[in-house]
Amino acid sequence: MDDMDRAIVNALQGGFPVSETPFADAAKALGLTAEQLITRIRVMKEQGVLSRFGPMYNADRFGGHNTLVAMEVPADRFDEVAEIVNSFPEVAHNYQRDHRLNMWFVIAAESRERVARVLTEVQDRTGLVAHDLPKLTEFHIGLKFEA
Amino acid sequence: MTHILDDTDRAIIVATQDGLPLVERPYDAVAQQVGIDAAELRRRVQVMLENGVIRRIGVVPNHYALGYAWNGMTVWDVADHDVAAAGAALCSLGFVSHCYERPRLLPDWPFNLFAMIHARRKDDADDLVARAAQALGGMNRGHRVLYSTRILKKTGLRLKGDGDVPPKPVPARA
Repeated sequence: MDDMDRAIVNALQGGFPVSETPFADAAKALGLTAEQLITRIRVMKEQGVLSRFGPMYNADRFGGHNTLVAMEVPADRFDEVAEIVNSFPEVAHNYQRDHRLNMWFVIAAESRERVARVLTEVQDRTGLVAHDLPKLTEFHIGLKFEA
Repeated sequence: MTHILDDTDRAIIVATQDGLPLVERPYDAVAQQVGIDAAELRRRVQVMLENGVIRRIGVVPNHYALGYAWNGMTVWDVADHDVAAAGAALCSLGFVSHCYERPRLLPDWPFNLFAMIHARRKDDADDLVARAAQALGGMNRGHRVLYSTRILKKTGLRLKGDGDVPPKPVPARA
């Protein structure tokens, strides 16, 4: 990752143009050609510096629902349970954390019913309690990461 | 506020939830895939941006790859009548990336305010937590920080579950 990659990450965490030739338009401000910008984004994706490139959708805004789930997973079952939880396409993120509640994941789906069903299935298939912690209020921020 | 999407909008979401194609005219490519005119596709994307169905369009950095190895979920117990003020105080700090009020799990888990922090070093992370505690002052009745020790899965929103293979778990800190 060089200075130009850092400049791209810092400049393009939003505001990618919705135009006929958006890469050319975005590249101009960075002093690049469209082709150079495309190549750099591709390489950063391949390297894992970028986890995605494109639109970030907000499921709440079209009737979807998501929730945070906390589980206390016995150490000797951790990987097995992680595999079961991760096998649901509706599980978007899953983190191991240093607490008695050691598995934290987000379920995002098109409807509340689907989220509830995934929660039930996770409990049925793991035999563990999945604590449902839906957001009651979202405080809006929009922090960007500095590369 | 919920926005009703039609089948074309849903097709656009399905076509782009993994990302935009890395070609000079990405919206043309998506329009072709969805089977609509490129100008119509861009108009619909613009509408979804304006009404918040799309939060933003751009790169999503993997903060671990950027060196932000310390990902802390800070959780705070604040009185229900203080939640709005406490959430606003955490947002205004400039280093919290997400902040939500969530239900408590009583009696073991009294925490109802969640705020994510990210730092390159443990010391820096601890310092951010201390600054957050200071900002909350007397509203803070107790808090914890749960650092992530492993990313088990990280993908975007999925409208349909086809072809979704979770990545292998990676350590949060090498």
